[in-house]
Amino acid sequence: MQLLESFSFGLFIWQIVLFIALLLLLKKFAWKPILDAVDEREKSIESALKGAEEAERRMQALQADNEAAKKEAMIERDAIMKEARDTRDDIISDAKTAASEEGVKMIAAAREEIDIQKKAAIADIKTQVASLSLDIAEKVVRQKLSADGSQKELIDTLLNESKLN
Amino acid sequence: MRLKNFAKALILTILTSPVFAASPSSDHSDSDHNKELHTEHHGEERAETAADRSEFIQHHLQDAHNFVVWDAMHWVIPMPVILIDDGLHMFSSARFGHHEHDTVESKGKHYKKHEGIVYRSDSSGKLIKTDGHHVKPLDLSITKNVMMIIITGLLMLLLFRSLGKSYAKNGGISKGVGRFMEPIVLYIRDEIAIPNIGEKKYRKYLPFLLTIFFFIWFLNLFGLTPLGVNVTGNIAVTAALAVLVFLLTNLTGTKDYWKHIFDPLGDAMPWIAKFWLYLILWPIEILGIFIKPFSLLIRLYANMLAGHTVLMSLIALMYVSATWSWLGDPLALILSFAISLIELLVALLQAYIFTMLAALYFGFASEEHEHHEEAHSH
Repeated sequence: MQLLESFSFGLFIWQIVLFIALLLLLKKFAWKPILDAVDEREKSIESALKGAEEAERRMQALQADNEAAKKEAMIERDAIMKEARDTRDDIISDAKTAASEEGVKMIAAAREEIDIQKKAAIADIKTQVASLSLDIAEKVVRQKLSADGSQKELIDTLLNESKLN
Repeated sequence: MRLKNFAKALILTILTSPVFAASPSSDHSDSDHNKELHTEHHGEERAETAADRSEFIQHHLQDAHNFVVWDAMHWVIPMPVILIDDGLHMFSSARFGHHEHDTVESKGKHYKKHEGIVYRSDSSGKLIKTDGHHVKPLDLSITKNVMMIIITGLLMLLLFRSLGKSYAKNGGISKGVGRFMEPIVLYIRDEIAIPNIGEKKYRKYLPFLLTIFFFIWFLNLFGLTPLGVNVTGNIAVTAALAVLVFLLTNLTGTKDYWKHIFDPLGDAMPWIAKFWLYLILWPIEILGIFIKPFSLLIRLYANMLAGHTVLMSLIALMYVSATWSWLGDPLALILSFAISLIELLVALLQAYIFTMLAALYFGFASEEHEHHEEAHSH
């Protein structure tokens, strides 16, 4: 009963009134700005984190792109190099074939020329031999008229003369 | 006399309101104090009886109509007494006299204090009785506790308003004293409100939870100061807080909340079987609505009152025996220091428990069916 007797309804009413007033004032002037600011800050942190993640992701994509481009360039370079090598080889082999063909042709031409010269020489010789033979024969015939010994001598002399030619 | 003037100046500067401008205690001769328990400045005077000590403790745990800043120095701030008794009666608490034994006449009615409570009396100071009960006017005085509630409220407004303003000024970062409070505000939001009430509805209850947490915590801490404040250890205060929790819980209760109370079995049973069970369940559930906030009021009240009683009893140990004082005084000092540290923890703990349980009850009140199923699936 002591507890009930000392229960102060005045204090009870004051407490209710003052607490509700405090609650409303704090809600308007403190809790709302505080919670709003904290919410906003959390949102901005979250978005900043997301942005960083996005940037990271983009950079990785970019890096992958670069890598791919690099690889492609390498392949292309290799292809170009190979092509160049092939072209070079072709040119060399072509040149070689052309050169050898030319050589063969030159050799053939030379041979032909030699043949022609040879034939001409032989013909010349033949003509000379014929004229020589005629000369010898003429001389021999002339010697026979004088002496046998002198005939023989004459022949030898003529032969030596022809040899000298 | 110089000290008294200094006290006057101090009090006047602190409390500029005209209400408090009344002069502190009037002159009293030294012999007047003998009945009071002012032995602090006379160490050898240990002659009080056990009853005196008990009264001293009780007096300090009670609400008061004036604010005793320093008993021994008679630094007493009188405060307005407001009575509603067939009209409004307002007068300074100083008129009850230094020992509060004087009879006060206001608008033809007489009032006298008895054990801290204002009663109607006759002109000679005899309490009036009708039907065997003393006549008690409704006492709406600005008592010590009301004063402390106002001071705490102003302090909270100042503190949290500056915190709220500092965000805008510093681009979303708190500055100043409020910075210390921000983690606590966030703790209440993230660890008390959201887990108990749920992501969707916590925002509605959060201002109440924050206000009640800091209100109780600050008043508990004020209770540990030597001012002898015992607001949260007053049952009228805790009852008011519990009533607010009760009203908020039941006025915001969803359909599911009431269904949980009046039809917890749902479709699990045929109507006729449920009826007999509900004859037992209904009284329990309805009682539960009231018991939940009632446990809040008793827990806070009992914890704070008990803490103060233990602390003051330990301090009172020093006055028990002059012969054993060489042992009793240091022991009382050490023990009261240890209890003070525990009380510091209890001050926070009780504020936390009150807020936590209030959040839990709000969680019941705002529960919706999908929440319920979610809880079961875990």
